[in-house]
Amino acid sequence: MGNGIWVIGEGKGELSRATCECLSEARRLAGEEKVSCLLLGSGVSSWAGQAGKFGADEVLVCDNAELGKYNLETWAHLVAAAVDSKKPDLVLVPATTHGSELAARVAARLGLGLASEVVSLSRGDDGQFRAVRPMFAGKVRVTVRFKENGTRMATVRPNVLTLAETNRSGAVSSLDFGKPEKTGADMVSVETRGEGSSVDLSEASIVVSGGRGLKGPENFHLVHTLAEVLGGAVGASRMVVDAGWKEHSCQVGQTGRVVTPDLYIAVGISGAIQHLVGMQNAGCIVAINNNPEAAIFKVADYGLVGDLFEVLPALTEELKRSRN
Amino acid sequence: MNVIVCVRQTPDTESAIKIAADGRTINTDGLKYVLGPYDEYSHEAAVQLVEKNGGEVTAISFGPERVKETLRNCLAIGASRAVHIHDEDTSHDDALAIATALAAAIKPMSYDLIFTSNKGTDSDRGLVGAMLAERLGLPYVGLVSELELEDGGKALMCGRDVEGGQREKIKVTLPAVICAQKGLREPRYASLMNIMQAKKKPLETKTAAELGVDTAGAVKLEVEKMEYPPQRPPGRLVEGGSVDEKVKELVRLLKEEAKVL
Repeated sequence: MGNGIWVIGEGKGELSRATCECLSEARRLAGEEKVSCLLLGSGVSSWAGQAGKFGADEVLVCDNAELGKYNLETWAHLVAAAVDSKKPDLVLVPATTHGSELAARVAARLGLGLASEVVSLSRGDDGQFRAVRPMFAGKVRVTVRFKENGTRMATVRPNVLTLAETNRSGAVSSLDFGKPEKTGADMVSVETRGEGSSVDLSEASIVVSGGRGLKGPENFHLVHTLAEVLGGAVGASRMVVDAGWKEHSCQVGQTGRVVTPDLYIAVGISGAIQHLVGMQNAGCIVAINNNPEAAIFKVADYGLVGDLFEVLPALTEELKRSRN
Repeated sequence: MNVIVCVRQTPDTESAIKIAADGRTINTDGLKYVLGPYDEYSHEAAVQLVEKNGGEVTAISFGPERVKETLRNCLAIGASRAVHIHDEDTSHDDALAIATALAAAIKPMSYDLIFTSNKGTDSDRGLVGAMLAERLGLPYVGLVSELELEDGGKALMCGRDVEGGQREKIKVTLPAVICAQKGLREPRYASLMNIMQAKKKPLETKTAAELGVDTAGAVKLEVEKMEYPPQRPPGRLVEGGSVDEKVKELVRLLKEEAKVL
């Protein structure tokens, strides 16, 4: 104990929201102990100081032109070396695609306990960290304890913990671990291509999801238009994805994404259990369905019984009007 | 091309999950176990690769005796042989412990590619693939929804969706560990003939001790308690005589009561 809490951050030109959530949580858990943010990449030093705003006392950067492209093996090597040399008490990582695989490799390399997809963290009077994480897609949740002292790790599910601005110095300093070693792993190339400015499902504060009630992919534009007016992301039920109307990255539910927006609007979705577990922790749930017996109404804060082909255009217009 | 596919047996996703009397585990009475829903995709991808390029698929799984049933199912949907790492202690159901045991079993085997899948729909951890890769010193690509062999079978081009609406293409040299996302390949079902033939295929059982692995020592987390999530308070239907009235009322409620707009 006493070695502080680390957050392995991520971002592009600015810290990702998920990183800021981890920092806010680290600050809360740390009390007056030190919170550090570790950032890897090319040019990260120029914006690393932002971490201070969310409670980081210091930002450790591996800023290297060779780190322009994400490479799991390289990242894991550098993060493991940093964690092993400073031995923080707790390391928080956003449970994103990159963060999750990075945390897993680092934990396996150093033999550390890693609680993944955590939704809440606490520290007992004994100083021990405990983490709460859902299992069975949220049908139950478990509180886990780390069996060993030393560094413990957790990946934190985005959009669950609250942001808290607490100005700290966020002083930036360099960590140098030399050139990343060649591991048995060899990532040959990484290409990233954007697909427009679509809001990301797991970080969105508003999600509008469509289901079977839309009758076909040609009607999904109604969902898109509503999401656009609200500045939200588009989701879909399993049936819609299995039928090929939408890509799997949109699927909300047990075999898709678990989302926790402030507002979730389910359109033409009946509410099968495997869908409900993916969205039942949203702040406010609205269900629009023509069947008053649909299971989705049992979890909805506001249910609107009606024909979605009439309701959606009317709702989109009303929102546009009320905004002006 | 020899492909290993690491599978997990999970309760059917339609199962009602009840907490056991110990308050730390689930009540397994009457649960129906299946091949993990995500594993169906990774298994199918493995089978299609060897159907096209020759070689064989080995399915491997960690867990209690009932896991054999799932491995038999793998043998009926295209695997040539199966390895069961037998462990009855449910407290050993830990990502690092499983990855350590799998690595020990896989190390002496001859392989070009190892598949894992997104996550167990029971554990919701999603860690074993990357941990296994680390333990074997292999590259890893997670959540792959598109893959193609390149360089005469020496490399694999992987496509995956990541946060922010981005799609990554990652080329990885083999051998490697690939974690399949849902939808990678459309799973097949076993025919009766396949099920009969599967009974003749080899299913080997090993224990962690035989593999020289201290499973208990690799477990770093302990479940203190298991609970049901808090119930949502009952909602209500939005009133109104016409669609327009209902919509106006909904927007008012979202603004003034829920304060989410």
